Amino acid sequence: MTITLTPEIPRTIRAQIGWAIRDTWVITCRDLAHWRQQPGAVIANTLVFPIMIVLMFGYLLGGAMTVPGGGDYREFLMPGMIAMTMVFGIGATLSAVSADAARGVIDRFRSLPMAAPAVIAGRAAADMLNSAAALAVLTGCGFAVGWHPHRGAARAIAALGLLLLLRFAFLWVGVYLGLRFYPNPEAVTAVRTLEFPLGFLGNPFVAVSTMPAWLGAIALWNPLSSTVTAARQLFGDPIGANSSWITSHAIIMAVAWPLLLTAVFFPLSLRRYQRLSR
Amino acid sequence: MVIINFLHCIELRFLVLEIPSIACEGLCKRFCNKTALDHLDLSVPQGTVHGLLGPNGAGKTTAVRVLATLLRPDSGHARIAGFDVARQAPQVRARIGLAGQNAAVDEILSGRQNLVMFGRLCHLPAGAARRRAGELLSQFALSEAQDKPVRQYSGGMRRRLDLAASFIVAPRVLFLDEPTTGLDPAGRNEVWQTIRALAAAGTTVLLTTQYLEEADQLADAITVIAAGRVIAWGTPDELKTLAGGDRIDVKMRAAGDLVPAARLLQARLGTDVRVDQDGRELSVPVTDRLAALTQIIGSLQEADITAEDITVRRPTLDDAFLHLTGHRPPPDGTVLAAEVTRP
Repeated sequence: MTITLTPEIPRTIRAQIGWAIRDTWVITCRDLAHWRQQPGAVIANTLVFPIMIVLMFGYLLGGAMTVPGGGDYREFLMPGMIAMTMVFGIGATLSAVSADAARGVIDRFRSLPMAAPAVIAGRAAADMLNSAAALAVLTGCGFAVGWHPHRGAARAIAALGLLLLLRFAFLWVGVYLGLRFYPNPEAVTAVRTLEFPLGFLGNPFVAVSTMPAWLGAIALWNPLSSTVTAARQLFGDPIGANSSWITSHAIIMAVAWPLLLTAVFFPLSLRRYQRLSR
Repeated sequence: MVIINFLHCIELRFLVLEIPSIACEGLCKRFCNKTALDHLDLSVPQGTVHGLLGPNGAGKTTAVRVLATLLRPDSGHARIAGFDVARQAPQVRARIGLAGQNAAVDEILSGRQNLVMFGRLCHLPAGAARRRAGELLSQFALSEAQDKPVRQYSGGMRRRLDLAASFIVAPRVLFLDEPTTGLDPAGRNEVWQTIRALAAAGTTVLLTTQYLEEADQLADAITVIAAGRVIAWGTPDELKTLAGGDRIDVKMRAAGDLVPAARLLQARLGTDVRVDQDGRELSVPVTDRLAALTQIIGSLQEADITAEDITVRRPTLDDAFLHLTGHRPPPDGTVLAAEVTRP
């Protein structure tokens, strides 16, 4: 004889919030368990590429690079590289969300008596933790090749905070795109390659002033560029001479851009999630 | 005290038996310009296995997704164990299990980690979730592979893990959407045995399938749907009788023999003979299989017509379809409402 266990549904708002937090944590732990289960793959996915680019741009191509306004290219590169890792986070979120949606894992979660927001909140928490870990490792690599913040710990932490804020905004871009394109794996791959124009049409690798004027304008107004410039200022790294309005207000813009992106893509993601039941 | 408890049990049992586990009325669902469910009615008593049979695109998956609270119906009502799927979704979710067409489990985690995670999400305390995972792993014969990552599992093992995951809270109602699609015969048998065991223990099972044989093996009652409508309902035996019982297929060597042979057999056996020009095949409905077989062979020999192959077989879903609708289901399943509802 089978014993039927019927989970209780929380009645009070407090109990519901408690449930949502617990469910979020269970979903987050699922992702963290991937680290333990296959540490090699996680490291390869999140870290090998950025480290490779640090080495490639820093040593292979870096000799030919000069930073307008003076300064060491590797110092110029470091914040850009960390920001690029945040950009690659879009792809990580996008792939994880679209794979879960396509394989029916999200449907299974939705058929369980769990708190509905936990499915996406758990994903968000796991991705932020992954990115924070990537940030820590890259910063460590930076120290190893001789880079270090020049303007004190507080400003350095502020810079890392701005980088994580950008990651938070990209998270919702990834969730939205994942839920939008999951039925079509080719589209997911195609959308994922858009990370590259987003990254290279900005200032992580070269100063905007070295580009043709029209391209430079696009690169300047790329949300990524504001965060990179702000991080360079806060770390005390060279920013590459530029006197445009958006460069001189980099720190404000590094807060404003991610908030704007979140304001657009967070509701879009929620709407997409709700539309799964349409 | 004992007597009161006893009476209470009787009353509860009575109440439970009164409410069908699955009841839906006039369920409609449209996607853009395609009708997926067209006033679907369904009633499944508690503790029975119900087969939802139909070709691809008939609306089976949509029906399951609506009943399992994953899709909102456009109109109509559905109740699971007495709770409305649209307005009381959390109560419904606490009482159902769902296994979809692909194994919806985490491929990187082990079987045990998956089950513990789903148990936690069903709000079992950590210890209870671990215990339940252990129970399910042995119940579904996965104990040996419990610590291997799921991507190393065979198709049958994956499907069993998926079933185990849908069974964490030992649900009142279990939805299985084509549970054996893509499995080899051994894997299919494993899954069939599991489903039988669950049903024997009192779970109500709604199972979708494209194969009459599968529904025949497992289901107490079958609903045949096409274009989102119920086109037939009954026990497997009733349905097979509807489908015209057993059939003998005769494959001809020469295409020119088809029509003369069909006329001949029609006259001799007194039944409708179906001609399949492309397959150079005749299909004859029969009641007494051996007598009919002898008669067919004799008649063909007399008329000097050479048959390449003769097969005696059970009716298939195709036959049931042809019989119920007068049309063969289209190969890729885009059944049009007009085609099916035409008498």
